[in-house]
Amino acid sequence: MLIEALFYVFGAILIAAALGVISARNPVYSALALVMCFLTSAAIWLLLEAEFLAVVLVLVYVGAVMVLFLFVVMMLDVNLAELRQGFTRFAWLGWLTALAVIVEIVGVVWARGGLGIDAGRGATPTAPTYSNTLELGRVLYTRYAYPFELAAMLLLVAIVAAITLTMRRRTGLKQQDISRQVAVRRADRLRIVKMPAEKRS
Amino acid sequence: MLETLATTWLSLPDYARSTVWTLVITVGLIICVALLTLWERKVIGWMQLRRGPNRVRLFGLLPGVGQPFADVFKLLMKEVVVPAKSNGFLFRLAPLIALVPALAAWAVIPLSPTVVVSKADAGLLYLLSLTSMGVYGVIVAGWAANSKYAFLGAMRSAAQMVAYEIAMGFALVGVLMATGSMNLGTIVRTQEGGGLSWNWFWLFPLLMVYFISGVAETNRAPFDVAEGESEIVAGFHVEYSGIAFALFFLAEYANMILISTLTAVLFFGGWEGPFQGYSWLGLGDTFLGQPSFLWLFLKAFCLVFLFLWFRATFPRYRYDQIMRLGWKALIPVTLVWIGVEMLLAVYRIGPWSRAWYH
Repeated sequence: MLIEALFYVFGAILIAAALGVISARNPVYSALALVMCFLTSAAIWLLLEAEFLAVVLVLVYVGAVMVLFLFVVMMLDVNLAELRQGFTRFAWLGWLTALAVIVEIVGVVWARGGLGIDAGRGATPTAPTYSNTLELGRVLYTRYAYPFELAAMLLLVAIVAAITLTMRRRTGLKQQDISRQVAVRRADRLRIVKMPAEKRS
Repeated sequence: MLETLATTWLSLPDYARSTVWTLVITVGLIICVALLTLWERKVIGWMQLRRGPNRVRLFGLLPGVGQPFADVFKLLMKEVVVPAKSNGFLFRLAPLIALVPALAAWAVIPLSPTVVVSKADAGLLYLLSLTSMGVYGVIVAGWAANSKYAFLGAMRSAAQMVAYEIAMGFALVGVLMATGSMNLGTIVRTQEGGGLSWNWFWLFPLLMVYFISGVAETNRAPFDVAEGESEIVAGFHVEYSGIAFALFFLAEYANMILISTLTAVLFFGGWEGPFQGYSWLGLGDTFLGQPSFLWLFLKAFCLVFLFLWFRATFPRYRYDQIMRLGWKALIPVTLVWIGVEMLLAVYRIGPWSRAWYH
């Protein structure tokens, strides 16, 4: 009962925040609404006893990805009038996409049983000793070890690619050689001059 | 009287008990923060051959003890100025965004063998995700104030926090490998057996990385470029006044205590006593040989002292030096040590000779 009530509360917040993402006039508000979306979906996952996934969602998307997003959005000088141009002209495309998504969701819900998805039921309650994290780790590192490693390699390649794409070598740039800075000794830079006090003439 | 209290306490439902604990921990933490501000000013004063605050007494106690409370009441009475061209809603929201993660993180921290609000299984990840959310308070504050200095401070702090979080996460991976659990209570229990069996011994480089990243993550000196007074006035909270400023202050100090307590839990055995497991000392049943909250408090207290010591000692890092240290020194250290841990695990040395690993 309580869980259902919580689900509807979080669901309402999630939908409101998602609407905020696309309707906010200020892109910073959009980004913050997206953060709210991630947080509430993490809460819904927690209700489904998927605590590992919920925490990782917050850790990766809220903690890292959205910080960078917000960073960029705040730095950009977005021309809002230009952005909103053609909003009505392309609105039909948006409605069509939304309709397609709604049809898909409704289809899944209606096809429950047929597809083996019991959409009307919550998570199967597990014993208090059951560890979601442990089970996930066990499967990930035994049964799906190769796909997991492959995904990791893919991410590594993506990182290297992203860095090489954005790396620019500018000529004539004055750079500090930190190792030389660190290796400096007093004798290299400082000369102590003995200056005996002058006699009053 | 005491017995009836104890039985009513035990007969309370779980949520009531955790609510009471939440209140106790939050209020205790806020009082600790108040006393920590005084302790900081005193310690730095002594280090600089001054006396520190010594005027306001509280109940005739030591001179200076009333200072933080006097400061809080002063800040409460002052007007919270909202700059004319700022974003009022976010400007008012930002101190709360900064404060809430600092308080919420305490939910999974085991204070004593029996006291913990939530025995969450993914406790370590929960902590990592909450500490990574602290940066939002800073960014939102810096942007909403609509001031150049505040914005510069927010940008600096965001880049710094994202960089040091990675090193911090890797250090936690090392702890995970050594204890085999993400539940903080289990992490403490696997370190049982006296001062030398705590994680700091086998994970010393990771301890260093974790604590340095912790100092950077809380934006404390020598990593306080986010509010570097000499360059950008007060950084992200330059436009804040009155109690809104006090909330940022509270969040910063609560984070300091949090990082210290976490270091104590992850690397120094939490509530385990340093003399446990040395039966030849003959301390078995006495207070010194038993685990208790006081050990955790003592360890956290010593670690918090390091924060104050750093602030009184080190000059501020330059921004490029901070980035260099984070990316090119701390992260490689953690990576190498995780490799070393792998070897230790293969040959069952140190923490990996314990029962959980078999």
